[in-house]
Amino acid sequence: MTVPPRLAVLLAAVLLLGGLSAWAVVHAAARAESRGLPRAGEPAAGPGAVTLATGQGRRMLFRTMAWGPHRDEVVSVPADDPGGPRVSSGVRCLRFHASSGTGACLQAEHGPLGDTYRAVVLDARLRERRAFPLAGIPTRTRVSPSGRMAAWTVFVSGDSYAGTNFSTRTSILDTRTWSLQDNLETYRVLKDGRPYHAADVNLWGVTFADDGHFWVTLATGGRTWLARGDVAARTLTTVRQNVECPSLSPDGTRIAFKKRVPGLPEDAPWRLYVLDLRTMRETPVAERRSVDDQAVWLDARTLGYALPGDFGADIWTAPADGSGAPRRLLSAALAPVVVE
Amino acid sequence: MYLADSRDAPAAVPQRGRRWAAVPGTVLALGAVSLITDVSAEMVTAVLPLYLVSGLGLSPLGFGLLDGVYNGVGALVRLAGGHLADGGGGRHKAVAVAGYGLSALCKPLLLVAHTLPLIGAVLALDRTGKGLRTAPRDALISLATPPERRGQAFGVHRAMDTAGALCGPVLAFLVLGVAAEGYDAVFTVSACVAALGVLVLVLFVPGRSGGVGAAGSATPSGPLRAPALLRMPGLPRLAACAVLLGLTTVSDSFVYLLLQRRFEVPAQWFPLLPLGTAAAFLLLAVPAGAVADLIGRRRLFLLGHLALLVAYGLVLAVPGGPLPAVVAVLVLHGAFYAATDGVLAAAVAGVVPDAMRARGLALVGTGQALARFACSIGFGAAWTVWGDGPALALATAGLAVSTPIAIAALRPSACSPAGPSACPSRHRTS
Repeated sequence: MTVPPRLAVLLAAVLLLGGLSAWAVVHAAARAESRGLPRAGEPAAGPGAVTLATGQGRRMLFRTMAWGPHRDEVVSVPADDPGGPRVSSGVRCLRFHASSGTGACLQAEHGPLGDTYRAVVLDARLRERRAFPLAGIPTRTRVSPSGRMAAWTVFVSGDSYAGTNFSTRTSILDTRTWSLQDNLETYRVLKDGRPYHAADVNLWGVTFADDGHFWVTLATGGRTWLARGDVAARTLTTVRQNVECPSLSPDGTRIAFKKRVPGLPEDAPWRLYVLDLRTMRETPVAERRSVDDQAVWLDARTLGYALPGDFGADIWTAPADGSGAPRRLLSAALAPVVVE
Repeated sequence: MYLADSRDAPAAVPQRGRRWAAVPGTVLALGAVSLITDVSAEMVTAVLPLYLVSGLGLSPLGFGLLDGVYNGVGALVRLAGGHLADGGGGRHKAVAVAGYGLSALCKPLLLVAHTLPLIGAVLALDRTGKGLRTAPRDALISLATPPERRGQAFGVHRAMDTAGALCGPVLAFLVLGVAAEGYDAVFTVSACVAALGVLVLVLFVPGRSGGVGAAGSATPSGPLRAPALLRMPGLPRLAACAVLLGLTTVSDSFVYLLLQRRFEVPAQWFPLLPLGTAAAFLLLAVPAGAVADLIGRRRLFLLGHLALLVAYGLVLAVPGGPLPAVVAVLVLHGAFYAATDGVLAAAVAGVVPDAMRARGLALVGTGQALARFACSIGFGAAWTVWGDGPALALATAGLAVSTPIAIAALRPSACSPAGPSACPSRHRTS
């Protein structure tokens, strides 16, 4: 071939491939735009006052994933009418949790070179008190029962060709002093009673017992442990194997968690369990599907957790004692929390 | 430092006045192919975590456990690629097309793979393509370039390659900026870009390498099989040194992890650390290649490891790591790649005859990759037993011992100007 025909082939290919690329982008952009419009059959949402203040009735706050102008905003519904109209706050969060008038919101900021993420501490009226930059994609957040401490976990991604090395980074913040422990991996680890360090230690899913103590998942060497954390002593002590995403009950006696059960498919390996901390006995929850979420306690006896749904995720609920059957509580919703 | 290259070269290719003009068209074409392919590959790499977590709602933890297996397979595929490419009088282009093509086919597969195991399989296939194409591509670069300009030619190629790697994420996030959550659009654009790369390879890279290698390459003597490679003067020592130094080269992931842990790098900067290394590599690759042509490739290869030694030393010795120290470590890390990656290929090309070029490159490249993999395992184990600081101190000590050994081993004693007969000649009949 001489040069002109080669260039002609190249030009034709550039036009064809460029056209295909442009079509794909335009198509995806149109789809993204349609997500901003409400659709029939979805829970409706309208703006209003959303607060974390007590004494305003029992209600649920969560991230709505329903299409429309309020998509991804924190919304509120009465606890006794979860299917009712959603009051939206105008605050967009990927992950959300709240306790005693303090909210933690992990949100994305859209920039020209991709999204960046930040953790925002909210006051009782969901106004920003302070924000902290995040190192990766948000996955979990929790506020301590008193509202003083906040914790979050992000995914930090690989850095090589077709990189598939994912790790987590978990931070704890004291909202009274604003002192941030940026990386819990700097804590001293006691595994099976002995000091332990390894490059592959990952921590995720903090749940607070009080302002000085918490539970968290510790992973190393392809296994996971439930670890007890001490903020002042900066120590992590492993307690039990095969526990992920712990969630402490309001009375502090039980931990709901996801457990890797042998024989399940590699991409859906978990079942929801509850561990009694006094007897160290595990009880399977009635949910038979694989749950990949840090469950929340909706009250002393009931768990809430996310499962994939038509609009990203739905919130399901099941009794913590293993009785009953799972029930869908909220559609197109993520990260629920009960406020009284 | 000995490099026999320049003696025979002038006969092969007419000298031109300007250095830049001396970069052959084939090298620029292969550089363009790598640039385009890396734009495509890094588009996917950049959005993959977001896609898994936000798009598919998966928890990708532990996904990296299979990385080592993939790397091992990739290394073996690389040997096979080199072997296939040298067979039948030079099928470099055909094997390279197969490798680039395989990776290109993986991009549309991402549109239909929605579970972690499937996505992992697609990525493994993508890496197989990368392993297959590396040796024939580097052989084509070396065969198209007169020996005394190979350092520069590989430098130009690596710079173009890295430029593509830096542009990919930008393009991917531009697409996501226009189309929120448009991961399918990113994969489609990536597939189109990859197809364009294969097309440029097919159209603009000559099948029988033009330039120097075109006149056919006789083998020095007898049938050449893999053991013959190891009897080739210069190659075993070069390979041994690459492996020795590879055994003390801590993987990139560990370097960034150490920077995060030992230096006070603000969290939002973490994603920028690899970019720092890449930017330094991009800027230094061409000058480093040109310097290698002047002072000797092996000498620069060793200097690169000295730069790495200084980088390790900085991480160990500067507690708390102020910003200038972070920048210095990243620049030295990038300089290490600029002084070793293409330069090693150029050095290998200098001692392996044309007919075995791809096999020789694959052998040394694989040896180095496996050595680095072994180092990663050892480093992780040392970290577990002693902690991150002692592990790095151990690696630094290993590098400090290996580098002088390599300097001694690669000293041009047998091939000094006084005894050129002992040196491998170019083995070219043209």
